[in-house]
Amino acid sequence: MISPKYFREIPQRYRLEAGKCSKCGMIYFPPRLVCPECKSKQFELIKLNPEGKLLTYTIIRVASDKFSIQAPYAVGIVELKDGVKLTTQIADVDFDKIKIGMKLKLVFRKIQDEGAAGLHCYGYKAIVI
Amino acid sequence: MKDVAVIGVGMTQFGELWNKSIKDIFVEAALKAIENAKVDHIDSMYVGSMSSGLFVGQEHLGAVMADYLGVNPIPATRVESACASGGLAFRQAYLEVASGCSEIVLAGGVEKMTDGADVTEALATAADQEYEVYQGVTFPGLYAMIANAHMHQYKTTRKQIASVAVKNHKNGVNNPNAQFRSEISIDKVLSSTLVADPLRLLDCSPVSDGGAAVILCSMDIAKKITKSPIIRIKASVQASDTIALHSRKSFTTLNSVTTAAQKAYKVAGITSKDINFAEVHDCFTIAEIVVSEDLGFFEKGCGGPAVEEGSTSIEQGKIPINTSGGLKSKGHPVGATGIAQVIECYEQLTGQAGKRQVKNARIGLTQNMGGSGASCVINILEAI
Repeated sequence: MISPKYFREIPQRYRLEAGKCSKCGMIYFPPRLVCPECKSKQFELIKLNPEGKLLTYTIIRVASDKFSIQAPYAVGIVELKDGVKLTTQIADVDFDKIKIGMKLKLVFRKIQDEGAAGLHCYGYKAIVI
Repeated sequence: MKDVAVIGVGMTQFGELWNKSIKDIFVEAALKAIENAKVDHIDSMYVGSMSSGLFVGQEHLGAVMADYLGVNPIPATRVESACASGGLAFRQAYLEVASGCSEIVLAGGVEKMTDGADVTEALATAADQEYEVYQGVTFPGLYAMIANAHMHQYKTTRKQIASVAVKNHKNGVNNPNAQFRSEISIDKVLSSTLVADPLRLLDCSPVSDGGAAVILCSMDIAKKITKSPIIRIKASVQASDTIALHSRKSFTTLNSVTTAAQKAYKVAGITSKDINFAEVHDCFTIAEIVVSEDLGFFEKGCGGPAVEEGSTSIEQGKIPINTSGGLKSKGHPVGATGIAQVIECYEQLTGQAGKRQVKNARIGLTQNMGGSGASCVINILEAI
């Protein structure tokens, strides 16, 4: 059975749903109940533009047990066109070609397996545009 | 608020303590601190631990440690702020004494990391589980992204970053409680195994067991039972930042550190120039560079050149940093670290630091942070 811990994040991981503060316009990913900037509790749901640029990155060589089968893999912080920043793996890329500032796009990918039954868990990874 | 003093300290050896349980480790440190302070009782105690549940399967540490320390039925509170748990335990003890609620309080910290847990996974719980860790990022990975951003923005070099590890190992040689008492070279750091590019194994603090404890009391009592110099707490300040590194405006400045530092200097009535030495949270080499800038010791971007030039060494340092060997060489039993920093500060201020002694040490600072800087505790101590 799919766990609540996983399924409640599906709108963000599958569809990039974020909360835009109705008062100050700040966008939060994932959505929040209160805006840290203006303290408003009114938000509208928006879907993020999946394109953005790389702000910083690393290559994970030593991973936790759960991810060790994937290592080495690239992880970076991407700033999307909406201004939202998020942490994501960078897939299908030659490590030597990764550069801060490069243009990336989020795509739907398998991220990890959950629990002893090995349920597939999905989400976004970035690829080079 | 009452004036508060630190009147006794005690810690275990840091390292792989296979024959000692988490209880043994904490109680050993606490007994040493009580004996060192020459007090016949404590009114209350705090235990800082990041993740005893994941590391050894034991929660409820306040009660566990009060029981094994033989101090029931006094209040015993476990506090947690990831890697800043020890610093937080110290601050809570400080507040309890400063408020007049208690007279003599023990602040301790402990971690037992070598009992077989997946340490990488346990440490990663200090980051955002759903939006950082879910993607496969690790703690070395988060600091590696800070390092890459710092190198990109300020042209900080890999050699400068490695200089932190070399300096701290050199200091640790003279610390009998340090986990690694051996010098290392720049070449050795730069040829060690890559963990998360650009950080290598010798850029990372180790997995450690260890405990540390200090006794705090009101200045009135300290004057009666302690010989000069008395170590007074000039400031104990805490600040928070976003849990996820990616949510911040900058990845090269830690806002929890700058905020806590500015407030601490204000409370103490001093500036960064008045600090004679500092123990900072070098969980990874790059962290010491970033923090040395954010504490105001160096301009932004100058932390790398400063450590390479020796500005933070004991011998010629403008501001000696991590005279104890830091987390890198002394070891990083997570919950104990913030308390061990205070102990180094105490030993320096009381002139008991031996070959590590900073000349004319009168005011010292400790900086302890959780996660990638989502929490930070800064203490300023003074010998009077």
